[in-house]
Amino acid sequence: MSTTATGPASTASEQFALRRRSPVQRIQHLLHAHPSISPFLVLVLSFVVFSIINPRFASPNSLSLVLQQVAVIGALAVGQTLIILTAGIDLSVGAVTILSMMVAAKLAQGLGLPGVIAVAIGIGLGAAAGLVNGGLVARLKLPPFIVTLGTLSVFTAIGLLYSKGQSVQSVDMPALLNWTGETFAIGQFHITTGVVMVAALYAIVGFVLANTAWGRHVYAVGDDKEASRLAGIRVDRVLVSVYATAGAIYGLTAWILIGRAGTASPNAIVDANLESITAVVIGGTSLFGGRGTLLGSLLGALIVGFFRSGLALAGVDDQYRVLAVGLLVIIAVSIDQWIRKVRA
Amino acid sequence: MTTATPAVAPVLSARGLVKTFGRVVGLDGVDLDLYPGEVLAIIGDNGAGKSTLIKCLTGALIPDAGEISVDGRPVHFRRPQDAREVGIETVYQTLAVAAALDVASNLFLGRERRRAGILGSVFRMIDKKGMRREAAQALEELGIGTLQNVTQPVETLSGGQRQAVSVARAAAFGSKIIVLDEPTAALGVRESNQVLKMIEEVRSRGLPVILISHNMPHVFKVADRIHIQRLGRCAGVVTPASHTMSEAVAIMTGAVTLAEPNGNP
Ligand SMILES: Nc1ncnc2c1ncn2[C@@H]1O[C@H](COP(=O)(O)OP(=O)(O)OP(=O)(O)O)[C@@H](O)[C@H]1O
Ligand SMILES: [Mg+2]
Repeated sequence: MSTTATGPASTASEQFALRRRSPVQRIQHLLHAHPSISPFLVLVLSFVVFSIINPRFASPNSLSLVLQQVAVIGALAVGQTLIILTAGIDLSVGAVTILSMMVAAKLAQGLGLPGVIAVAIGIGLGAAAGLVNGGLVARLKLPPFIVTLGTLSVFTAIGLLYSKGQSVQSVDMPALLNWTGETFAIGQFHITTGVVMVAALYAIVGFVLANTAWGRHVYAVGDDKEASRLAGIRVDRVLVSVYATAGAIYGLTAWILIGRAGTASPNAIVDANLESITAVVIGGTSLFGGRGTLLGSLLGALIVGFFRSGLALAGVDDQYRVLAVGLLVIIAVSIDQWIRKVRA
Repeated sequence: MTTATPAVAPVLSARGLVKTFGRVVGLDGVDLDLYPGEVLAIIGDNGAGKSTLIKCLTGALIPDAGEISVDGRPVHFRRPQDAREVGIETVYQTLAVAAALDVASNLFLGRERRRAGILGSVFRMIDKKGMRREAAQALEELGIGTLQNVTQPVETLSGGQRQAVSVARAAAFGSKIIVLDEPTAALGVRESNQVLKMIEEVRSRGLPVILISHNMPHVFKVADRIHIQRLGRCAGVVTPASHTMSEAVAIMTGAVTLAEPNGNP
């Protein structure tokens, strides 16, 4: 007989499973099971605090602006999330987006290509750039950080050379390229088509991640590549498909960016790499791979948007936003480290 | 009587397997035959090449030299799923589980079941409920009572429970051969006995089993034949009837050498 009277447990492992948990352990387990709880709480809390400081923060006008500002980084964060889930990282996010954007805009301007074809070429080019990244990561087994650090420079240079460093103005492009910037009203909110596209992107990729075998494999590969291989998953294929999908998403984002900025400039979104990674990390996705949700990244992107708008409306210097976001990143990574320690 | 070769054709047969890792020789020309419905144990000291041997047999490693055939037909497994496709299921020593995924997802990892109808064919939705149900059933059949909750992430399981998940996966999907690399290393007495019972049950279904174990009483309890691996080579094949435990251990450690290592006079 066992020395403790914990009921019918007959082996050590059974008793261990039945042990009592302290409140802190419970929180740890809860966050472990639902990693997007913490960004959700931060989002709600920041909403409340900023609304109290300046009631204009919660006005439909201001919130609509936040959504429009967040759309581009939010879209890029979808691709970045996929890659980080595989324990990778993509530093070429901005470079691929700019390259896709400049090629699509220049082709539409110079050759007079129809908008649909220009958009398709932009998305295709993004996917091709992703294939390059994915191929180097999966086949040559190079670290994603190094691969995308290299392609960051390569794609940036190609984009600048191709566009000769010049912007393309919206009047010189087919209307479809600017369509993503068109606004319409939902109640008192002004929503752009780009924002709707980003929402749809989250819904679709979120569905795929949660409900398909491919989604499972993305998590498994990020968790443990060798175990996934032994379990019969084609790890290299999963990796290549993830980078290519992310690239296609960046190509789509290029379109959204044209609508948002009203121009295609090779010097746009200089902070895209860090901001997309920030959104993903604040959203609770682990940089070590295999853990996190797409919803979290959306929350992360919104949190950054809330801080930007809220602190501006509070009349605080924008550097405080930079400071606050930096602290959030460190806190988020610390929480991730902590909840990863959950073990039976 | 060192001869331990049944008179039927082997299900799985390997000849002259060589596997090197740089300068380290993992396998140095190993032969192995697995006959229908038998439990073949592989014993040997740490680093003797047991895991390397079964990895070569199951596509996890590609041997540098040597031939493998299944049912008399030569096979060239290039990855683990090639072996899976012919019905060879393996529990690797490292367990090959994705820690963040739940128990059911792990049981079906790499062969997720899709939902019926358009949801499965067009939207590619996986049948989560069905897989959970079957996973619970597979675990129950194995008698792992503590694993009621198949939605629990594997990383929250104890080492023994993780091992049980891997064993249940192999038992549920194996249709030709089941290979177990130290399946009871982390298990308690009761769970170990369950796994041994499972092995005997699999054998009674006519499926052959390869079992790697350091536990001599277990080996002598369930094995029909025992392949003794030593320093990357096969030091002999014995049976529980022909040799005692201490004799087998003596061969394993090199204290004694068998005249005909492969048991063929
Ligand atoms: N991936 C690898 N890289 C380098 N050497 C390896 C690798 N895998 C195995 N080896 C070497 O091959 C030899 C056989 O290893 P193997 O894992 O097959 O031993 P084993 O009999 O399974 O031992 P154990 O009882 O400890 O599991 C060892 O010397 C080991 O160091
Ligand atoms: Mg081993």
